[in-house]
Amino acid sequence: MKRLLSGNEAVARAAWEAGVRVGSGYPGTPSTEIMEAFALYPGVYAEWAPNEKVGLDVAVGAAYAGRRAFATMKHVGLNVASDAFFAVAMTGVEAGLVVVSADDPSMHSSQNEQDNRQFAKFARVPCLDPADSQDAHDLTLAAFDLSEQFDTPVMLRMTTRVCHTSSPVEVGEQRENLPEPGKYPRNLGKYCMIPANARKRHPVIEARIAELAQFSETFEHNRIEWRSSDLGIITGGAAYNYAREVFPEASILKLGMVYPLPRQKIAEFAGRVDKLIVLEELDPFIEDQVRLMGIPLHRAADFTPAGTSYPVTKSIFPISLELDLAVVRASSRTAGLLPNLDTAAPSQTNGSLPVRPPVLCPGCPHRSSFYVLHKLGVPVNGDIGCYTLGMVQPLDALHTVGCMGASVGVAHGAAVAGDKERHVAVIGDSTFFHSAIPALINVAYNRSNVITIIMDNRVTGMTGHQENPGTGRTLQNQQTREIEIEPLVRAMGFDKVLTVPSFDVALIEKTLKEWLKSDEPAVLITREECALLPSAKARWVPLEVVSDKCNGCTLCFRVGCPAILKSDQMDPKTGRPLAVIDPLLCTGCEICAQICPRDAILFRSQVSRKQAPQEVAS
Amino acid sequence: MKPEGINFVLVGVGGQGTLLASDILAELGLRLGFDVKKAEVHGMSQRGGSVTSHLRWAPHVFSPIIPAGEADILLAFEKLEAVRFIGQLKPNGLVLVNDYAIEPLSVQTGGIPYPEDEEIRRRLEQVTPNVNWVKGMNIAEALGNTRTANVVLLGALSALLDIDTGHWDAVLELRVPARHLELNRRAFQAGREAVAAVV
Repeated sequence: MKRLLSGNEAVARAAWEAGVRVGSGYPGTPSTEIMEAFALYPGVYAEWAPNEKVGLDVAVGAAYAGRRAFATMKHVGLNVASDAFFAVAMTGVEAGLVVVSADDPSMHSSQNEQDNRQFAKFARVPCLDPADSQDAHDLTLAAFDLSEQFDTPVMLRMTTRVCHTSSPVEVGEQRENLPEPGKYPRNLGKYCMIPANARKRHPVIEARIAELAQFSETFEHNRIEWRSSDLGIITGGAAYNYAREVFPEASILKLGMVYPLPRQKIAEFAGRVDKLIVLEELDPFIEDQVRLMGIPLHRAADFTPAGTSYPVTKSIFPISLELDLAVVRASSRTAGLLPNLDTAAPSQTNGSLPVRPPVLCPGCPHRSSFYVLHKLGVPVNGDIGCYTLGMVQPLDALHTVGCMGASVGVAHGAAVAGDKERHVAVIGDSTFFHSAIPALINVAYNRSNVITIIMDNRVTGMTGHQENPGTGRTLQNQQTREIEIEPLVRAMGFDKVLTVPSFDVALIEKTLKEWLKSDEPAVLITREECALLPSAKARWVPLEVVSDKCNGCTLCFRVGCPAILKSDQMDPKTGRPLAVIDPLLCTGCEICAQICPRDAILFRSQVSRKQAPQEVAS
Repeated sequence: MKPEGINFVLVGVGGQGTLLASDILAELGLRLGFDVKKAEVHGMSQRGGSVTSHLRWAPHVFSPIIPAGEADILLAFEKLEAVRFIGQLKPNGLVLVNDYAIEPLSVQTGGIPYPEDEEIRRRLEQVTPNVNWVKGMNIAEALGNTRTANVVLLGALSALLDIDTGHWDAVLELRVPARHLELNRRAFQAGREAVAAVV
């Protein structure tokens, strides 16, 4: 019986079937659901690690201990984990180890668009690249076997469309029953990478990748689908789907393993088709290697896709953003692979519509700090999480956002460089645990005057409510030792440490104003549960505007809350619309009530108690 | 049911239950013997951002994403989102719109007004005469739970598609938690009747 599974669920399923004992990862779109789904299977150990490097080290330790293991992360997570990745590439493993990298072409939820197939090549690690959920399942199983057969970690490279597309999957019903491993290995030449040993290992891993290249010639997931000989397409990953749909008559070399490549198979395929193209997303990863083999590609040289403003290093298909049918068809037309259309493109009818970009949710505890920071006008260095949305209008409070944990180090750098303004860093609880601890130690140790705001909303929010070391709960929702941020920060050497309720606008403003006068490093912790946590939802009470008192001054609109709307009612004197609160959206955080100069917004205690919140049905 | 399948685009605002609705439609397609792909983008829209889901039923589905102008059905849980994504629909395709507005923050801060109903109708009907309206929120509210508006819309869709209701009921049972099943069945029925009354 086939089951409808997302690519992420299919990977988790296959990991369970493969007998994987240990999974560790850090949440990151589009990878998050893999570990969440894996954790639900019996007989496995699954955890959220504080960051991806720790997660991969954990998986490495399990694989050294002879148990199959995997680590999951988004593409930029592998940047964090790359030290562990390169290290284990050198040592190899005792049992299967798979590193899942979920890339995000088009940056639906990411700060960059890196193609992590390059990481596999960089580290001499084989890379499998599934096209859909069935493929993700089957290649995950294959990855563990390959890992053991060739004594290497294996990268399973997913992409957003594979991770988050559901399709039917033929799954196995049995979990592989693996023998109990022996003693933890004491094999210094293999597992202790001092220079003398590492020098001996490097040729070993070069030989390993050559053997893998030989193996890839007969690897069952590198298959040729012979159809017409007019056009041959070499493809892998999600791009396979577009190749099949746009060119149903073409012959296809479908690469399940995109590194290392089966050179003989590629040469054979190239020799039997009239025109050869490579259809792949992002970097010309396969294409460059095929061209290095001296195999001519259709329109490979001096070809510039329409609409690009940079020197082209990839033929036919764009190097940036994800592919889809429309992009593949348009590029193929330009390259003469498809006839040009007579009909015009569909008419654009969506001009001048109000946009609906992501915003901080109604009741978000981050909102008050950004409202105050905007008012104070200080440079604010942001970080990765929901609170990145503090940059949008009308809060408009952030100056920089780079990567996980960057806020603190960047603020410190600007401060020690002598920037005249006082620098602030804002970071969430999960990101603090992920990578801001060393950066804060640096601020305290090297004494810059950076003010750091740790916005503790008691959960890893943006990826959909995962536990972290500060929540006191594990991935399996078991109670554990909760790490208190305050003593940790004090131990680093901060004297000015204060915790305030996130919704107390006046106290946040007073504290920051006072601290801006001193020249000391300081840490402000704002604490309040994410408004979407079930425990917070139980406390929602919609507020009300007293229309007699409101004069349409618009101050409440400056908090940027989707629950405060302009009503149809105008103030007779000012002619401006009065405010109204949407009772379906308002949670009763009272930020607007606190800043209203006319007391026109009722506080929770003033609002007549409504009936109990509706039970959530869906 | 056409043997070549159906391309659905579902659009709404974060928190409206768009993803549950697409799960139900995906299971329905499988039950009818189609290959199915259901694609959604997770990430930066918990509450308040645009949410879209692409769902394809066909003998064999390759691409998960439906190109502009190639959806057979646009199911919109919010009026403005219907207009925003009408370009997804093929000419003369089917639109089912929840007659419900959620004002984006940009209306408050950006000065672009929320389009009038007449404007919304005009823009939708530029693409297709087959535009169906359902007061999903009102119907759900009358049933005592506004969260079932998504299932009201599915009920309405069922009245426009030639699929045995037994299949719909089976997939509702599969995807809706047991304790909410009866309420959702009523929501489905109410949506179905609301459209049947008009068609």
